[in-house]
Amino acid sequence: MSAIDAENLGRRYGSHWALRGCSLQIPTGRVVGLVGPNGAGKTTLLHLAVGLLDPSEGRIATLGSDPRRHREVLERVGFVAQDTPLYPTFTVADTLTLGRRLNRNWDDVAARERLGALDIPLGRRVANLSGGQRAQVSLALALAKRPQLLLLDEPVASLDPLARREFLQSLMDAVAESGITVVLSSHLIADLERTCDFLVLLRQAEVRLADDIETILARHRLLIGPRRHGTGSGIARIVRESHTDKQSTLVVEVDGPIADPAWSVNEIDLEELVLAYLGETVRGSAPAVVPLQRVEAGV
Amino acid sequence: MIEFYLDGKAGVAPYLQLVQQVKQAVRVGLLKPGDQLPTVREVVAGLAINPNTVLKAYRELEHARLVKGRPGQGTFIVGTIPGPPPGTYARLRRGLRRWLDDAQAAGLDEESIAAFVASTLRDALEGEEVA
Repeated sequence: MSAIDAENLGRRYGSHWALRGCSLQIPTGRVVGLVGPNGAGKTTLLHLAVGLLDPSEGRIATLGSDPRRHREVLERVGFVAQDTPLYPTFTVADTLTLGRRLNRNWDDVAARERLGALDIPLGRRVANLSGGQRAQVSLALALAKRPQLLLLDEPVASLDPLARREFLQSLMDAVAESGITVVLSSHLIADLERTCDFLVLLRQAEVRLADDIETILARHRLLIGPRRHGTGSGIARIVRESHTDKQSTLVVEVDGPIADPAWSVNEIDLEELVLAYLGETVRGSAPAVVPLQRVEAGV
Repeated sequence: MIEFYLDGKAGVAPYLQLVQQVKQAVRVGLLKPGDQLPTVREVVAGLAINPNTVLKAYRELEHARLVKGRPGQGTFIVGTIPGPPPGTYARLRRGLRRWLDDAQAAGLDEESIAAFVASTLRDALEGEEVA
């Protein structure tokens, strides 16, 4: 059984498709990074997975069940929404009580231990917690359900580097402890590189990559050489190309050794690869004559 | 016990960095047979990395017969990495110094020397003939 299994999944708002033709299988026991520019459909996919939205077409199964028709599957799914919404006037202890009353498999002891280890005072109002503490409370609540699958929508986006590291430590510790499957959307590729072993990349409402990260990296190379067209033995597909008057830089998907000795063949890291896919060369368009620089926004 | 670190800019897969750090510690005698490696949870808590990465590194070390996992106890060093006979490094260093003096006399600066060494090493490891 897959943690998430989508087939031709789509969601439309009026005439605008937020997600379309999405087919993917996320295996259990993995830590999955979900990346893509804002508006690419990450949140829509997560909301479809937890039954907050109905598909406009296709189907999705979460832990083997349709989350809209079989709500009971949600007892095994934890979800931390963007900006980790909590009741600001509740204390941390109130929040735990609410969770205990709303969930059948609630592990109150573990939640209290988790928060205690982080020195988060149970008597404090949520409104008076730091951003990092609020994120940790949200994570502790989601884990207290003892879920098999945990979905997090940009949990670390608003945290400072230290709080971010601490949050990911807590998350990875939970993975080590319980073998839970995690799907985590984020713009911070360096974090994903440490924590994830599976990548789902969305762009313009479509799935562009969904595979084991090692497999993905093994399948791609960065080619640098004198200006030329990127064709030839070994090059299955050009993901992104950029040219100066003398030099060409290509990110390619390979299907064998690169035969042309003029190319300097380099392995590619996850960040470069993600950037290449987000700026993917659209088939038929003229090669962009821009030096390959890191794109500022968007990731 | 050793503590792992991760270099995000190393361009080396995280699991491989862990493998290399253990091998290096064994090589220099920091870790000896019988010594214990940090538990998976300790590494995960320290580095905020995927536990599967640590498991993969430990599996690889076990496959190389350098460590052994004992259920319920942890992972222990069981092997050694034999070093070269005594005096080898001194001899190699003398040869390398002569070569470096030669390269400098020929007008190569530090950067050119480093680039030349790196490219020659790469060719040698790939088994290419020197032109």
